[in-house]
Amino acid sequence: MGRYVGRKLLALPLVLLGVSFLVFGAIRLLPGDPARIMAGDQATGEAIAGMRHRLGLDKPFLLQYGLFLTQAAQGDFGISIRSKQPVLSEVTRRFPYTVALASSAYGFAIVIGTVAGVVAAVRGGWVDHLVMAMTILAASTANFWLALVGMMVFAVELDWLPLLGAGSPAHYVLPTAALGLLPTAIIARMTRSGMLDALRQDHVRTARAKGLRETVVTLRHALRNALIPIVTIVGLNFGGLLGGAVVTETVFNWPGIGSLLVDSVRDRDYPMIEALVLLSVFSVVIVNLIADAAIALLDPRLRLG
Amino acid sequence: MRRRGNLILGGALVALIVAAGLLAPVIAGSAAFAQNLGNAMLPPSAAHWLGTDQYGRDLFARIVYGARISLFEVALGVGMAMAAGIPAGLVAGWFGALTDEVIGWSTNILFAFPGIILAILIVSVLGPGLFNLLLAIAIFSVPVYVRLTRNLTLALKQIDYVEAARSTGASTARVLFQHVLRNALPPLLVQATLTAGTVILAAASLSFLGLGAQPPLPEWGAMMSSARDLLGVDNDLSLFPGLAITVAVLGFNLLGDGVRDLLDPHRGVRG
Repeated sequence: MGRYVGRKLLALPLVLLGVSFLVFGAIRLLPGDPARIMAGDQATGEAIAGMRHRLGLDKPFLLQYGLFLTQAAQGDFGISIRSKQPVLSEVTRRFPYTVALASSAYGFAIVIGTVAGVVAAVRGGWVDHLVMAMTILAASTANFWLALVGMMVFAVELDWLPLLGAGSPAHYVLPTAALGLLPTAIIARMTRSGMLDALRQDHVRTARAKGLRETVVTLRHALRNALIPIVTIVGLNFGGLLGGAVVTETVFNWPGIGSLLVDSVRDRDYPMIEALVLLSVFSVVIVNLIADAAIALLDPRLRLG
Repeated sequence: MRRRGNLILGGALVALIVAAGLLAPVIAGSAAFAQNLGNAMLPPSAAHWLGTDQYGRDLFARIVYGARISLFEVALGVGMAMAAGIPAGLVAGWFGALTDEVIGWSTNILFAFPGIILAILIVSVLGPGLFNLLLAIAIFSVPVYVRLTRNLTLALKQIDYVEAARSTGASTARVLFQHVLRNALPPLLVQATLTAGTVILAAASLSFLGLGAQPPLPEWGAMMSSARDLLGVDNDLSLFPGLAITVAVLGFNLLGDGVRDLLDPHRGVRG
């Protein structure tokens, strides 16, 4: 296990370096001039040159990148164009909201998805068909549409839940459902097929032959094995969850980093965009590493191999 | 039996979207674009099956026209991703060694990005708009094609008739495109069908955020974006474009699943 996770850990700095280079390069090397855009439509050549100098865009590219890395390593991501505040302070203020929403959505997805998957695999028949049909439908639905429908029904018509913002636990219900829908469907499918595989295996047959109760066999022996693909998919899907959070947060005016990213793109706040994209990629890489370590712990073949 | 059902339902839904897209100018005509404020937000009627929007445009006509835009998104988004990903995968799988390492690392770095966030980054630089958005979506879809083509190429390289073609002195390009690619095509086409759903969802999401298709273009996500302020006033304007997205994405997903199961008899049957 040590070797397995160790190899991934070694690759980590390289991936992060590559990602930061790509993000940094994208903003500076792609057609489209941030200085011109930030200076505004009416800006004179002089104003654009001034902006370019202020942003450090007049320095050689590699020097800019080096400076950026040195400053970023010290937690300095520059000043937000929009709020005139240090980028890092605004990001740290809003990041917890995204973490809370993402955790709530993942918690919802893991509970509902695992239960639905186990039930589909064990019961079979029409229950299985129904669960499978629902997962395909869920994977084909736009989360912002579900969010809008939830708002129409539960906030506008019935007035049971708040429409926008964050604050009370009730504020979590609709965003959690909208953001959790897709991972729920994916986890249900993975759990179902993992359970079907596990239920066919020898050790499960042995457990049954020993006379263990069916619930014990299902939960202790089969589900334990089915956990590995579930953890894998939770790790792999985390990036998708963050992407979904951008849309969900915007619909619900949720004050996390997803809605901050959309606002920053609208206002061409490049220092902020740079920091937010890097932060999302870093979180994805870290979550995947944790998932890899968890899989290694769960799977004796990896732990001992 | 269920597999056949998926295939048939998926095929029917995709056929519906393709027919709507191709016939849009005939079915929808100018009703999708002509504004008439006197007709704003009418309820469904015989003249306007789904009612009208806040500018008096026929909602049904706009949704039908939206199918045309979605087909354009699929063609361009999936097309560009395949055009970039397949050659890279062929080269990586065929030549191996350092070439494979470099291409593998580049795809790993792209894979680390959450798709939507990479697309937002690219659109923030290139500027909002449908074409830039599709370019961004294509970029985040490329790694899937690189990896799939590479793995298929590695497997096909060992097969006798590819060996035979090489030994008769066929050029590398000829072997790659005529022998390897032709046999790698079925799984690649399944992937393309599955990507089609993702492309429609991603394009709708980003257009909903105001980063893709711009009004008055009747793109489904963009339509929902401009209907958002009318929540509780005219819910149909959000409901129906969203349903259209689900129908289209569901169609491509079912079709992709169905064809994959057909090609691979080991998959699908309860497991």
